[in-house]
Amino acid sequence: MIKIENLTKKFAQNISLDSVSCEFKKNDYIALMGANGAGKTTLIRSILGYYHPDEGQVLIDGRDPIKERIEVLKNISFVPQLPPPIKLSIGELMDYVVTSSGVDKELIKHYSNEMKLDINANMNKSFFKLSGGMKQKLLISISLAKKSGIIIYDEPTANLDPKARDDFYRLLKQNEEDKVLLFVTHRLEEVEELVNRQIYMDLGKVVSDERV
Amino acid sequence: MKNLYLIAYLDLKESMRAKWFLVYSLVFGGLIALFFIAGVTESQVMGFSGLSRLLLMYIQITIVILPIFILITTVRSISGDRDNHILEYMLSFPISLKQYYWGKIIGRFVTVYMPVFFAMVIAIVYGASIGASIPWGIFFLYTGLLFSLSSAFLGIAFFISSFVKSSEVALGVAFFVWIFLLAFIDIALISLMMQQRFNEELIIMIALANPMEIFRVAAISLFDPELTVMGPVAFYILDSMSQMTFVMLSIGYPLALGLVFAYGGFSIFKKKDLV
Repeated sequence: MIKIENLTKKFAQNISLDSVSCEFKKNDYIALMGANGAGKTTLIRSILGYYHPDEGQVLIDGRDPIKERIEVLKNISFVPQLPPPIKLSIGELMDYVVTSSGVDKELIKHYSNEMKLDINANMNKSFFKLSGGMKQKLLISISLAKKSGIIIYDEPTANLDPKARDDFYRLLKQNEEDKVLLFVTHRLEEVEELVNRQIYMDLGKVVSDERV
Repeated sequence: MKNLYLIAYLDLKESMRAKWFLVYSLVFGGLIALFFIAGVTESQVMGFSGLSRLLLMYIQITIVILPIFILITTVRSISGDRDNHILEYMLSFPISLKQYYWGKIIGRFVTVYMPVFFAMVIAIVYGASIGASIPWGIFFLYTGLLFSLSSAFLGIAFFISSFVKSSEVALGVAFFVWIFLLAFIDIALISLMMQQRFNEELIIMIALANPMEIFRVAAISLFDPELTVMGPVAFYILDSMSQMTFVMLSIGYPLALGLVFAYGGFSIFKKKDLV
């Protein structure tokens, strides 16, 4: 589903990705690890089509994520490490997701309930005024409701309490079939049971890629 | 198209909740209220009285504050979203960059134009209620002029926002653009004129290429069609075109300038790294 070939991305003199090649197929559940500055976020952003590569290419189901961003992003769910300070209310954010991605609103509410987030009581509240955990729960609910073939999580459990983490892992287990799950994480033990592949990056290169 | 309207609608709603919008609306609404309270409509200066006098004062103040308001509130639109990772999340959904960018522009245009326009409508409605005669010609001209001036500065602001990485730098650039167009360019041109280094017509053309300057002259032209208050400069303008042509140019040119800058901003936005 995701094919990365000799991908190089530089920022001024700094090489963030150095000729990275790898492939992620259906039912690959990957933990992407590495020290800060290893190139994990740059790799994810390249998959999402945010960066123009200096060399090489990324193909998602054979499509270029920059030139065919709409088709590519229809099949990708993404949750960032820190929820951004979006000024929209929860209702408006849901409208944005529903209209742009054709997601079923009831499904977002369903996953929110599963994550113990009372969405109806907070519908008119600004997203940025929610607590860190509530924001993360909503973004996770949206990512699951989108029913994408590729789900990318950048440290998704950073703001979640242990109970919410358990809910999150349970829901993921129920929804992982025939998908690519890509976790960026510093704590392998948290996703160890979910992943079947571990990739380590350092200085912009993939230094280890193991199936477990 | 539904995504374009969605972005515009959400940006409009978000802006209307922001504190800057409240201040912005209060400034323009407050100006009109202040003019009525101060009895501007009762005064007579250079033959202008009533609502005409009020609108003249309103437009003179607007020319100074509207561009800077538009620049500082809009210039952080994309660069601010990029700064605080909103862009990273919002663009992870299947929305084209064209829909996102132009949707933001439409939403922001309505936000900045609405209070300025409604302040004039309030003046007309209140003026009519106290029995003043309504200067419709001036009202429609100013509506058009403010529309095109708003477009020009909105386009410039989005252009800056598309290439500047940090919102602080964007604010600095916006402030420089405003002060340059408001004062520096005039000072430089006056000094060139005094030194007689360039042909006067060329200097006047450069001055009128400034959207703030052409707005100012067009605003005067409706009260003073011969532009007598401008002295000999009026000959250069009115010898080369009629007053009506000049007014059309003063509406069309800033509008076109805004579109060119906005399109330039979009070209940069789609070619550069998004976050």
